[in-house]
Amino acid sequence: MLPDLSRDEILRYSRHLLIPEVGLDGQKKLKASSVLIIGSGGLGSPVALYLAAAGIGRIGLVDYDIVESSNLQRQVIHGTGTVGQLKVESARARMLDLNPAIQVDVYNEPFTSENALRIAKDYDVLIDGTDNFPTRYLTNDVSVMLGKPNVYGSIFRFDGQASVFYAKEGPCYRCLFPEPPPPGLVPSCAEGGVLGVLPGTIGTIQATEAVKLLLGIGSPLIGRLLLYNALDMSFEYVKLKKNPNCAVCGTHPTITELIDYEAFCGVPGHDHEESETTSVWEITPPELQERLQHNHLRLIDVREPHELAISSLPQAENIPLGTLASRLSELDSAQEIVLMCKSGARSGRALELLVSAGFKKVKNLKGGINGWAQEVDTKLPIY
Amino acid sequence: MAILRIPTPLRAYTGSQSEVTVAGATAGAALTELVTQFPALKPHLFKEDGELRMFVNLFKGEENIKDLQGLQTPISAADRLMIIPSIAGG
Repeated sequence: MLPDLSRDEILRYSRHLLIPEVGLDGQKKLKASSVLIIGSGGLGSPVALYLAAAGIGRIGLVDYDIVESSNLQRQVIHGTGTVGQLKVESARARMLDLNPAIQVDVYNEPFTSENALRIAKDYDVLIDGTDNFPTRYLTNDVSVMLGKPNVYGSIFRFDGQASVFYAKEGPCYRCLFPEPPPPGLVPSCAEGGVLGVLPGTIGTIQATEAVKLLLGIGSPLIGRLLLYNALDMSFEYVKLKKNPNCAVCGTHPTITELIDYEAFCGVPGHDHEESETTSVWEITPPELQERLQHNHLRLIDVREPHELAISSLPQAENIPLGTLASRLSELDSAQEIVLMCKSGARSGRALELLVSAGFKKVKNLKGGINGWAQEVDTKLPIY
Repeated sequence: MAILRIPTPLRAYTGSQSEVTVAGATAGAALTELVTQFPALKPHLFKEDGELRMFVNLFKGEENIKDLQGLQTPISAADRLMIIPSIAGG
């Protein structure tokens, strides 16, 4: 028995009611349905806005971040006035302003193996709007185990991917990517950047797929992967097949309960950059400042040249990480070397590369140029 | 000679080239040719023992070579190859 629409709702959704594929019954179906959006950042923003506007009766939001000003270039559900607030609360307020007729449930907590099945079990469709590999594998496995569709979207710089992973009817995320890339091999958006409009494009595709699945109309992206490139303005599709040997949805699954996804991926389940402790391979910004005054070291900035235009240290030489392996002959392992980047992740990988090449007197600037801007030279911008 | 499309995350290792022309009669030969042209790419595609990494997906047209004949999949000059990257941003 589908819920009735009020007089106000009929007016609000009139442009839907005019489409034969939706109509009154379709709109009632949307009102009776529920969607869980995991992540309320770049992808989650347009997904949540459009699903709220479309009249999905109950929408869940999982996120534990707070709104930061560097989010606002793409996370359009938040605003300057909500910087510092919990993302789920900022998003809920905006969604209810857009459509007070819906219910928004918020989960201000990380999505983990401990809570994921409990949170997701009461929703019809899951939306993967996360920003890291561990949570993507977790979301996939939860969707397979609960038999629910997982509307997938992922972005990097100008590239986007979208699909619907629904193990009952097609492949899952693990069929395509049985294993994550080794830690550090694929840069995150916090490291590599992302065009602000890109999650808008991919997120609205995810919202479209969710609405289609709930209405049972059209051809969903099950068994197809959409590849979008904003620079070329190209949309391409490739076919995805179910892998009979898939560890979670194959004929003899080896993963039958949720695992430790951070251990599986070798990275933390978030796209943040800070670390609490200083390792022996690190040097803090004040220590570096002290050492530079004695000028006994070589400072290598492994960022891309265009980033040095934002902020840089005059003593630093630029050897982008991608070219470092082929330029090792320019470095002297007898000399002390300090590596730096934006916030320490890429220079950490540069350090691993140098150490594996036999360098011993090498350190990583903790927190990178942003750490320097916080602790030593507060006039430098942070990005 | 087939065209092989390089995804954005790997372009740092191909001198920003988005497409590379590769020789080779099979998918495996084409990838070997690619990492010969751009040695810095090799650790991103192959394990130390020379096996293709599990998360690397090479498509010939719309088909994953894993669903064809794997690295033995024949390649002709008219084929368009594409590496599908594993990206996680959101």
